[in-house]
Amino acid sequence: MCTTCGCSITPGNARLAETGSGTATVVDVVQDLLAANDRVALHNREHFDAHGVLAINLMSSPGAGKTALLEATIAALGDRYRIAVIEGDLETDNDAARIRAQGVPAVQITTGTACHLDAHLVHDALHDLPLAGLDLLFIENVGNLVCPASFDLGQHLNVTLLSVTEGDDKPAKYPVIFRATDLVVLSKTDLLEVLDDFDPQRAAAALRALGRDTPMICTAARRRPALGPWLDWLKMALARPRPVSPHLSPLAPRAPLRQVLHAPPRSLPVGS
Amino acid sequence: MHELSVCQALLTQVADIAAARGARAVERIFIEVGPLSGVEPAQLRSAFAVLRAGSCAAEAILSIESTLVIVRCTVCGAESPTAPNRLLCGECGGYRTRVVTGDELCLRRVELRIT
Repeated sequence: MCTTCGCSITPGNARLAETGSGTATVVDVVQDLLAANDRVALHNREHFDAHGVLAINLMSSPGAGKTALLEATIAALGDRYRIAVIEGDLETDNDAARIRAQGVPAVQITTGTACHLDAHLVHDALHDLPLAGLDLLFIENVGNLVCPASFDLGQHLNVTLLSVTEGDDKPAKYPVIFRATDLVVLSKTDLLEVLDDFDPQRAAAALRALGRDTPMICTAARRRPALGPWLDWLKMALARPRPVSPHLSPLAPRAPLRQVLHAPPRSLPVGS
Repeated sequence: MHELSVCQALLTQVADIAAARGARAVERIFIEVGPLSGVEPAQLRSAFAVLRAGSCAAEAILSIESTLVIVRCTVCGAESPTAPNRLLCGECGGYRTRVVTGDELCLRRVELRIT
């Protein structure tokens, strides 16, 4: 993106914007393909800011431990911060049920065949959450290291989990998602003692090669003391001032929260 | 396969442009896709072949321009082409770089048949 005016013309494509062709009516445009998604994402962010909610998009491959990390986080911080979770999965509301068992609101989005959450899905889910009473909203994306990277949801921060059972070259294999992340959480690090093929330093080097100074911290969700750096990072993020959009009217809840928490997972008729 | 979602967004944008100008059909669509956009051009073509059916772009040609990844070092100022998973400065090897090109995902031009 152009750093001067924010348009999409870059040195690599400028010539395309200057030439015409043939007898057809030529319409030159400068528009990101995901502009419609980005508009809704901006709208979501305005809602978060209007309510002082920090929104974190949690991404990883399937089974890296996103939900386990959230369970442990709620257990550790639930009495200090008001937390809620939006869960994204292709099917089942198993993860939302796990979160609700921790005593915090959770909305399950079941995407059917869609491989990622988008801003519209998150916006729909926001109607079912008591934003005015929240400090922290986690959006647990569909387990996938490819597709979620392309869709802004309106979050303030991206966090990507990398479990030590996956391989330390994941940042090199999936550069788009790891380049977009604000924090990499190495998960299941209590297994490192029995894994001789995962070197956290190699993972850090692959991350650094993406041209980012992205921090990487180690966690083991089943061992409370090992969560310290993650909880400290969260507290710092929560303490940091965020922009406020005072003119935005609050989202009107479509149904009482109590009903929503027991509603079946929503489904989408069409895949990705 | 998020390219289906991206392609749907593309066709919506193109349909809006065609409708605003009273076009009878869309002849050609130019888009740009960089390696760091997270979108695979081949997958996007497959999606386009399916989703364009019945739309104003049913007969349209999709031209995809793939851009190179070029980074500029914020320390030494050098610009260098590089791989999507190695965004380091080609001159000094530093990691403090900015992507100059390579993350584009945009509609650039639409050619319409008006009459």
